Amino acid sequence: MSVVPAEKKTTAIRPTPPKKANPRGALGVYLRPALVGLIFLLSWDVGVRWMHSDIFPTPFDVVKGVWELAQAGLLLKYIVASLFRVSIGFALATLVGVPLGLVLGWSIPAFQAFNPLIQIFRPISPIAWIPLAILWFGISDAAPIFLIFLASVFPIAVSTISAVRNMQPVYLRAARNFELSRAELFRRVIFPACLPQIITGLRISLGIAWLVVVAAEMIAVNSGLGYLIIDARNAGKRYDLVVAGMAMIGLIGLGLDLLVRRLEHFDEVRWMYAHRR
Amino acid sequence: MTRPIISIRNVGMTYPFKGKGQPLTVLENVSAEIAAGEFVCIVGPSGCGKSTLLNIVGGFIFPDSGEVLVEGERVTGPDRRRIFVFQENGVFPWLTVEDNIGFGLRRRAADEREKIVHHYIAMVGLTGFEQAYPHELSGGMRQRVEIARALSANPDIIYMDEPFGALDFISRLKMRGDLVRIWNAEKKTILFVTHDIEEAVQLADRVIVMSTRPATIKEDIRIDLPRPRDLDSRGYLELRDRIFHAMGMSLRIGEEESPRLGTAAV
Repeated sequence: MSVVPAEKKTTAIRPTPPKKANPRGALGVYLRPALVGLIFLLSWDVGVRWMHSDIFPTPFDVVKGVWELAQAGLLLKYIVASLFRVSIGFALATLVGVPLGLVLGWSIPAFQAFNPLIQIFRPISPIAWIPLAILWFGISDAAPIFLIFLASVFPIAVSTISAVRNMQPVYLRAARNFELSRAELFRRVIFPACLPQIITGLRISLGIAWLVVVAAEMIAVNSGLGYLIIDARNAGKRYDLVVAGMAMIGLIGLGLDLLVRRLEHFDEVRWMYAHRR
Repeated sequence: MTRPIISIRNVGMTYPFKGKGQPLTVLENVSAEIAAGEFVCIVGPSGCGKSTLLNIVGGFIFPDSGEVLVEGERVTGPDRRRIFVFQENGVFPWLTVEDNIGFGLRRRAADEREKIVHHYIAMVGLTGFEQAYPHELSGGMRQRVEIARALSANPDIIYMDEPFGALDFISRLKMRGDLVRIWNAEKKTILFVTHDIEEAVQLADRVIVMSTRPATIKEDIRIDLPRPRDLDSRGYLELRDRIFHAMGMSLRIGEEESPRLGTAAV
């Protein structure tokens, strides 16, 4: 907590015009998106009924599908399976990507040596690695974890590299003035100075990781939300379960993003975001 | 003058011009000596190389010719005993006011560190803001944090590169008053770069006037005015006009070059 009251510049200059809705109030945060969501669900429902589709589910069919999966004990099991793979793969990618990015961002020779290789690996879709992942790891958790690692390690490393390279030089000069050792320089200046951008990179990478786990599970394993979708399709054209799986993926993805966003509120990194919210 | 703490000896600096064209000589054969405890201002027109000179003295860049000695030793890099206060504010935004000011004190015991930090927080007038983060402070307060961070490291010399340049007029006046008060209490050597002539005359014991590029020292003027300084006194105005004159500038707005500057009314 800060001891300084947050300054509201606009209100200080002129009084807030009356009748103007607060954009962060209940209307903006809940009511508007709820309204749009409702319209979306209604059009979906009306659309399905109007087309007289036998296999495409209505929103209510999807809710029933979710309930059926929950009853069968599959919903929680698959969600846990997917989240477990993402957590492990993403954690490994962070542990490798951040230190790698710090070193490559700092050392010009290291950057020159490794950057071309990174730039060649980076555009290869993690999906393209699926055959190799199966070859090396078989049908096991290791295959999707490997794919998630590949999917997130490059964006994490690249955003960390750019954070170090775009760092305000004045912080480095101040640090040199206080004669910090190399280790202290990284720990006390470079890392904290880059942390806000590193967190932004982690957020983007986690989004990619969540995209990739679904694709990987469709091919390389027999559990998880991706497997649920492909299995429901193949084993009886249960499109209600397919869409139920998709809805779960969307909701959990949103939850993951909100979770990483919370990192942006810590005092140590708020300085970078403070002026844009 | 007593034994100099800083000796600048025939320093020259040329930047290779970006793209085609002539290399840019910013400093040419600059020599000066600064005594321990002196408050010296370097003034000169914008882009004349005064900042480059301060960065050379501070050890952040190396001159093409000449050398700088501090306490008899050649400067080969930045040093904990001489702290630089940056124009663009080098306070660390991820640390609280307290942690910023204690940044150079990691090797001290915790209670000792706390004592020093609180002493300087009080001295720069930031009591009550110990736990605040820099982005919650005004520009003037952030500069106070940086000055306190410099002082708490107990340096022999403080280098200041237009530290109040980004502040508004009122904050600048207030900061100057406080800086003189702090300098009186701490007796550090201060080498202060500014393009503001009034600021130099208000602050310094001595003003070194630099010419436009390639910068050489045009004049070295002793400011023998008692402190606190009366900004309306005859002595103040005369010294200020002398520096204006040395910089080849007019005191009349709208006039290119004043023919009778020394006696001109303001």
